[in-house]
Amino acid sequence: MNKRVVVTGMGVCAPNAVGLEAFSKALAEGKSGIRFQPELKELNFGCQIAGKPNIKHIELNNYFTSIQLKSEPGSGLKYGVIAGVDAWKDAGLGIEKEGPPDWDSGIIFGTGLLGVDRFRESVSQIDLGQVRRLGSTAVVHTMASGISAYLGGILGCGNQVTANSSACTTGTEGILMAWDRIRQGNAQRILVGSSSDSGPYIWGGFDALRILPRAYNDAAEKASRPMSKTAAGFVPGSGAGAMVLESLDSARNRGAYIYAEVLGGAVNSGGQRQGGSMTAPNPLAVRRCITESLSIAGISAGEIDAINGHLTATSKDSEEIENWSMALGRKGHDFPYINSFKSTLGHCLAAAGSVESVGVVLQLRDAKIYRNINCDDLNPAIEQKVHRSRVPLSTLNVSPEVIAKASFGFGDVNACVIFKKITD
Amino acid sequence: MTEPQYYQKLKTIVSPYLPDDVSVDEIGIDSHFLNELNINSANLVDIVLDVEDEFDIVLENDDMEAMQTVRDAMAIIERKRSS
Repeated sequence: MNKRVVVTGMGVCAPNAVGLEAFSKALAEGKSGIRFQPELKELNFGCQIAGKPNIKHIELNNYFTSIQLKSEPGSGLKYGVIAGVDAWKDAGLGIEKEGPPDWDSGIIFGTGLLGVDRFRESVSQIDLGQVRRLGSTAVVHTMASGISAYLGGILGCGNQVTANSSACTTGTEGILMAWDRIRQGNAQRILVGSSSDSGPYIWGGFDALRILPRAYNDAAEKASRPMSKTAAGFVPGSGAGAMVLESLDSARNRGAYIYAEVLGGAVNSGGQRQGGSMTAPNPLAVRRCITESLSIAGISAGEIDAINGHLTATSKDSEEIENWSMALGRKGHDFPYINSFKSTLGHCLAAAGSVESVGVVLQLRDAKIYRNINCDDLNPAIEQKVHRSRVPLSTLNVSPEVIAKASFGFGDVNACVIFKKITD
Repeated sequence: MTEPQYYQKLKTIVSPYLPDDVSVDEIGIDSHFLNELNINSANLVDIVLDVEDEFDIVLENDDMEAMQTVRDAMAIIERKRSS
C-alpha cells in the first residue's frame, strides 16, 4: 500500500522576495524581481537584466557556523541553505546536535552548476600553479551535491542525502523523486529543493544562445513576458526553493500543519526525437508527461483547476499551451487558469521548478490564483486555444483544489506534478 | 618578533577555526590542533594558508605534517622567517 505524501514546510529565496509570507505577497501583487545588472553591462552582455534574490538583510550566522563562513560560500549554496533550513523549521522540525542521525529524514537538493564563482577562483589559482593555495572549501563549495551535503550536516539527516540535475526540470523532478521515496516507505520525510547561482558565469551561455531579451535593459520589469505576443526570450533568474515532503501518517502523528498533498506526477524525456532537440521539447513527450501525471495522481483532466506552466517567454509558449490543451482535452472557457511566475521571477533555471512549486502550494493555502504580469498583449496563437479570462491579469480569489505544475528542460526532459488541497 | 608576538598572532589565526564548543582561552602553547582543539583536519589547510599570508612564508607539505601543536607552528614559522 503506497503512502500518501504531503507538504509540511516550505522556504524560498526568490528574486522578488525571500521568505514565504513576503513571497506570497509579492506573487499576489505581481511584484517583479527583475533588475538591471550593471555587472552584465560592463561585461558586454546583450541582456543586462536578471532576477537575483536580495539576501543582504539575511543574517547568515543563523544558517552557517562562523567556520563555514570563513571562506564565503557561493550564491547558490547560500540560497539553498537558507531555503532548506527555513523549510525545515517551517515544518516544525527540530535540529538535534548530538546523537545518531535522523534515519527517517533525507534530502534531495538539486542544482545545475554550483559555486561557479568559487570554481572560477580555483581555476585561476590552478592556472597560476598555485593548487596548494585552494583552501579547504574548493570541493564542497563547488560539488553538485554541495547544498544537500551542507543541509545534511546542519540538520543531521540519516536517510538518502543527494542531488539531482536535469536542467530547468531539476526542481520539479526532485519533488517527484522525494514523493516516490516516501510513498514507497523508504523515508518518512525528505527535504527537497533546488538552487541556482546568480551571475554572469551562469547566465553567459544563455546570452550567447541569443535566447534572452535584449531590448529591455532600461525597462527591466517589463522584460519577462510569458504568453505575450511581444515575448522576446526568457530573463535569467536565480534563487532556491525548498519543501519538506512527508508521509501523511508522519505529519498527522506529529500534528504538523499540512499545506497540500502531492498526488504524484510523471517525468519523461522526448528522446530528442519527433521535433524534440537539446533545446526544444518533443511535443508528444510533453503531452504524454501530462497525461501520465494525471493517471498516476488518479485524477481526471476536468479536475485540474489551474496550471502553473513552464512558460519561459519564448515562441515556445504557445506550443506549450497547445500541448496542455491537447493533453487535457480542454480549451477556451473550459481551459484551467494558467499562470507563469516567470513573469515576475525570471527563469530561475535549476531553481525554477522548486521556487515555482512553493508558489503553487501557496496558491492552495491562500485560496488564490496569482496574477500574470506583462501579458496584457496575449499572444494571439494562445488566444485561439484559451479564453483570455483563463490567463489572469489580476490575482483571483477562487479557492483552487488541484493545480498542475510542469517544468520542461534542456535535454528534452519533462516533469509534471499534481498538488491538491488536503480535505480529509 | 618575540615569542609572545608569534603566539598572539597564531591565536588570532586559529580562533575562527575553533568548533563552537572550544573557546579561544583554551588555546595554549602546547595545544594540539586536531586532538585538543578539535579543529577539523580540512581547516588545518586553511590555517596553513593564513599563516603563509600573515608571515609571508611558504610552508611545504613536510612543514604541514610537522605542525601538530601551536609550539610546532611557532618553531616552523621562526625557522622559515630566519632562513
